[in-house]
Parts: sequence; structure tokens; C-alpha cells
Amino acid sequence: MSVARPSTPLVAGLNGRGMRITRWVAIGALVLFLAGAPSIVDSFTLAQILTKALWLGIAAASLIFLSSYGGMISLGQTGIYAVAGFTMANLVHAAGGKHLGWDPVAATAAGIVVATLFGVLCGAIASRSYGIYFLMITLAISVIVFYFFAQVTTLSGYGGIRSVTSPDLIGNPILNPVPLYYVALVASVLIYLGIRYLARTPFGLALQGIRDDPARMQALGYNVPLHRALAFGVGAFVASIAGILSVWYTTQISPGGINVTQTINILIIAVVGGLYRLEGAWIGALVFSTIDNYSRVWMPNVGDWLGPDRFETIIGVIFLVIVLASPGGLVGIWESLWDRRKRRLAPISAPGIPAMEVVDDAVDHPAAV
Amino acid sequence: MAPRILLGLLGLAVVAWIGNKASQDMRIFWIVTLNGLTLAALFFVVAAGFTLIFGLMRVVNMAHGSLYLLAGYIAFTLQGNWYGVSSNLLSGTPATVVSWLVPLVIATIVIGFGGVFMQQVFLRWNQGQDLRQALITIAISVILADQMVAHFGGIAESIQQPAVWPDSVSFLGIRYGFFRLVVVVGAAIVIGALLFLAIKRTRFGMIIRAGVDDRTMVSALGVNIQLVFAGAFFIGALLAGLAGVLGGTMIAVQPGNDSAFLLDSLIVVIIGGMGSLGGAAIGSIALGLVNSYADVYLKFGTNDLTNYAILLTFILVVAVLAVRPLGLFGRPA
Repeated sequence: MSVARPSTPLVAGLNGRGMRITRWVAIGALVLFLAGAPSIVDSFTLAQILTKALWLGIAAASLIFLSSYGGMISLGQTGIYAVAGFTMANLVHAAGGKHLGWDPVAATAAGIVVATLFGVLCGAIASRSYGIYFLMITLAISVIVFYFFAQVTTLSGYGGIRSVTSPDLIGNPILNPVPLYYVALVASVLIYLGIRYLARTPFGLALQGIRDDPARMQALGYNVPLHRALAFGVGAFVASIAGILSVWYTTQISPGGINVTQTINILIIAVVGGLYRLEGAWIGALVFSTIDNYSRVWMPNVGDWLGPDRFETIIGVIFLVIVLASPGGLVGIWESLWDRRKRRLAPISAPGIPAMEVVDDAVDHPAAV
Repeated sequence: MAPRILLGLLGLAVVAWIGNKASQDMRIFWIVTLNGLTLAALFFVVAAGFTLIFGLMRVVNMAHGSLYLLAGYIAFTLQGNWYGVSSNLLSGTPATVVSWLVPLVIATIVIGFGGVFMQQVFLRWNQGQDLRQALITIAISVILADQMVAHFGGIAESIQQPAVWPDSVSFLGIRYGFFRLVVVVGAAIVIGALLFLAIKRTRFGMIIRAGVDDRTMVSALGVNIQLVFAGAFFIGALLAGLAGVLGGTMIAVQPGNDSAFLLDSLIVVIIGGMGSLGGAAIGSIALGLVNSYADVYLKFGTNDLTNYAILLTFILVVAVLAVRPLGLFGRPA
């Protein structure tokens, strides 16, 4: 990711401190809001928008992790989280599937392990492909997982698996959505911090080096395909947590929930939020789940073209506009506005400051695609 | 070398297995083989357009499946509205050659121009940003898929073939569907031959081949490369449209076909190599045959594993990529 951020001296002095304070106040307010959300918003909003945004955000974060640090845009995340969800759902008590009656916690661990291993396998297959080839191979993985679970009736079939038992900690999310909200929140925070930490480890740095110039890293002695395959495994681990949460959230899983539409939805969330910034995952997911809920209420009918049922059209148009206008997504738009403000506040107007081309740089850069 | 030897052995085992099954019942073997080949013919028509666009312009048109499906719906609607043809035997009139051919031609041409429109508006100004272009076409396919559900409904329909055509033909001692075997396979062969000749023998083909290798140089030599791009996109979309009408007659027109055929095109070109016409042909045949053999022959004694047929597609893709990461005939960009 070639984010050309203007150097800090530019915003030195009072302005800089002021902005830093604003930033910490904003973060503090966000933490307070998220921690107290169950008593701030009603339970419908909590479950339908916040919890949903959290687990969708984790799924999108796995995609953004791969794209921003590894330069790999993957459409395979839905397939991987489906493997986690279906593995768990088959192992516990449920209607449909194998219902082996395992303890939900053990089944969850098994689901995550299986999906992560599957992710490493897929990573090994796709790791020698780049850019658009990588995109297509991972899309093929997702679609094949969909057909697999749709066709194999002993594991799922089109009807899917219903009434999946959750751990006692979660209880019934429909009766009491609060525990699941906190679990999803804690998982999101840990994943966010974990990925930020991973990016600074030698592995993360090597991965970013590979993103920027695979040939040079190869020449320096790094095993490029291995790093990419392992990174895909890390992405799969994150995606598998989203898969588990999605099953707890809906208490069921079916091929209909992991089809191409869902694959594309995860991509839309990541792109709308911002493909090159981790925060974008949850921002995109929040926008997505908000529109998902409210467009079904307030959207007027416009011939056959628009209406309460045309959610996919609305989100598709938003996606199209974002991709056309700012491939950096909402985070990219926010950053360029922020940047403009910083420059206006800067004491000396320096004509030579490079414009912040997060977006076009990242897209044009051969290694980033 | 190890993967090659392993794959060679795997291939031999598969051939032996199919040979064993075939010797038990030759009739079924031929029918299954023809199913695979006719499906392959349809895959080829779809994938040829996809690979042509990619080969020249490095645009992965993720809306290719949507163009395929939209053509099917346009032809189906025209057949019903203009000629009163419907699948309902009581109220509808049977289709004639004209009432099949006219919707086909119109739908194909409309989709061809639709593709050019899409390219001119959304893809012309961001040439070279292949990932962004893929995202743009994904957005278009999302919108198109939803709008098609809104306007044409969610029920599977089918375009009626002319009633004067026979239902089946005798071939190798078995009876087989006339439309699948003669029309679809014939169309695929004609299209393949025409594309091959056009690319190898005409000036337009020469420019396309040069453009695949170095489009900056071609445009520096005075060729209007934008016009060539528009032309290639027209032909690519045209082929998607034609395949949509053929597929809509041969199988059905229904929601979900867009992503199914996009996936099929993707797998075909991943196997065959992006941008290669010969690769598309080989990839189509491989995918078609694997699909149809796996649907029938994946039985071991009393163990019926035909449900797992889709895994064989996955294994096929993995096997090819393990040996050739760019596909059988792929070349680095």
C-alpha cells in the first residue's frame, strides 16, 4: 500500500496537538459507545445492525488484511468462513447435518482449525498467482464450497442446518442479544489489535515487502509462496471466526447464506469501507447492515427499478459509485478530506506537497493489485 | 517433477476407471460423453468471449455471466411478446425457425452493443487498473442480477426451439438431442473456426494479436487502439449473448445462471490460460467432460459419491495450477 502521508512537521504546533486531542476524544467516545451500546440502543438495533456489522466486519477484515498487507484481493473468504460454520454446525446438536452432539466450545475450536487448515491449503494453491488471477482462483474456491455443501446432503444440502446449539455463554441470541454482541465486540477488538501487531512482526514486514516487490523479496532469500500461503492461512483464521459468529447469530447455516451474492457482499463491505485500511472493514459493515435494514422500510417503489426489495440494487449502485469515485472507500474519502484540512491549517502553504493518492497509487501499483 | 508424475498417475487411474465403466455399458458411456461435449460447446462460446476481452484488454469482465443471462431473458421475452410462443402447450403457439432466429439475432446484437456501452462508459478511462475494472464489472453484475429478478421474476423459463427441428438424432447407435448435438456443437465449431481465422488471417486479428503483446506500440504505429478495444468488447459481449440464447434454449433461463456461467468461464480460462482461444477450447472440453463423467461414474460399489462431483472440478483446477500457474496455454502478461 503506497499511502503517501504528508510528514508530521507539516502540522506541528497547536494545530497538531489540537488534532491529536480531537482524535483521542473521538476514540474515547467510540469505546464508550461500543461498551455501553446495549443500554444505549434498543435490542433490535443492537442485534440487527451492531452485532451484524461486527461479524460482517470480521469477515471483511480478513479480506482487508490480505489486500492491505499482502496485496492479495481474495474472494475466497466466504468459502472459508462457510467451512468453519458448517464444520461446527455438523459437530454440535442441530437439525440437519451430522448432529454429532459435540460440546459447542470444542466444535467451535474444531471449526476454526479445519477452516484455517483449509485456508492454508487454498493459499498453497493460489499463492503463486497474483492480482486478477488470484481474484479468480479464490472466487472459484468460494463457489466450489457453495456447491459442495449444497450437493452433499449428508453434511448440509440446500436446506442447510438449523437450530444449531450455541455455547451457554451465548445462550439464545434472539431472546437476549447482549452476550453475542459482547462476544462479537471482543472478537473484533482482538482481531483488529492482533492484525496490527502481526503487521509489525518480521513475518508481517516480510509480507508487506512481498506485496510491494515479490521479485526482490525472492532475491533476498524469502520464500514468497510460503509467506503468501501462510498469510492466507491467517486470513482464513480471521474469516473462520466470522463464520462461527454468523452461525451463532442466525442459529443456522445454509448454502443460501454463502453463495456468490454473499461472497460479493463481503467484497462490497471491504471496498465501501476501504480496501487498504483495516478500520474500513467495520465501517463498511456498519454502512451495509444499516442500509440492509432501513432500505427495506423507507425505499419507495420506482417502477420495477427500485423498491423495498431492491436492496442489492441500492448496495450495488453505492459500490459502483465508490469504486468509480474513490477505490480507497469511505476511509479513503475521509482521509483525503482530513488531509485537505491539515494542509489548510498548515502554517506555510507548501506547493510541493504530494497529494495523498492512497487510492490511485494503490490500484495502479503493480504489486498492490 | 514430482507433481507431474503424480498427476500423470492420477490421469491414468481416471482413464482406467472410465474405461472400466465404459466397457460395462457402451451406450451410457456415449451418452455421458456427448453430454460432456455438448456442455463443453456451450462453455466454449461463453468463455471465448471472456478470454478474448481479457487477452486484448486485460479486463476481467465479471459481468460476462450477466450479459449471458440478460441475452436469454431478452430472447425469451421477444419470443413470447412478438410471436406468442410459450412453453405452455395449450395456449402457446410452437416456435418456428423465424421466431427462434429473430430473437436470437436481436438479443445477441443488443448484448453486443450493451457490452460496448459498458466498456465506453465505465472501463475506457481507467485502462490498466485491472483490479478496479474487475470491481466495476462486479458492481454492474450485482445491479444487473437484481434488476433481472425484478423484471423477469425468479422462475426458470426456457426459450423454445423451432418445432420443425427434430427432437433427437441417431448417432453411434444411440438417440441424442438434436439441438444439443447439432445446433450447439455446430455453433461452437463454427464460432471457433471463425475466431481462429479472424485472429490468424485478417488485419483485425493481426492488430489484436499485436495489441495483446504490446498495445502501446500498436497505438504508436497509428492504429486507433480504442476502436479495436471497442470492437473486441463488442465481439466478446456478442458471444456471451449468443451463448445465452443457446443455453436458454438448451437448458433454461433462470436467476443464478449468471454466476454459474461466470464461474464456468473462469474455470475454463484458469485451466486453459487467460487470453488463449485454444486454451478456452481445451478448458471447455476438460470442464464439460469432468462434470458429466463425475455426475454418473463417481460410484464405487454401493458408495454413491456423485454428490461430491463438484470436488472433481476443484481437483481439476488444482491439478492444472500445480503444474502451470498461468493455465495450460497462459503466458505472463
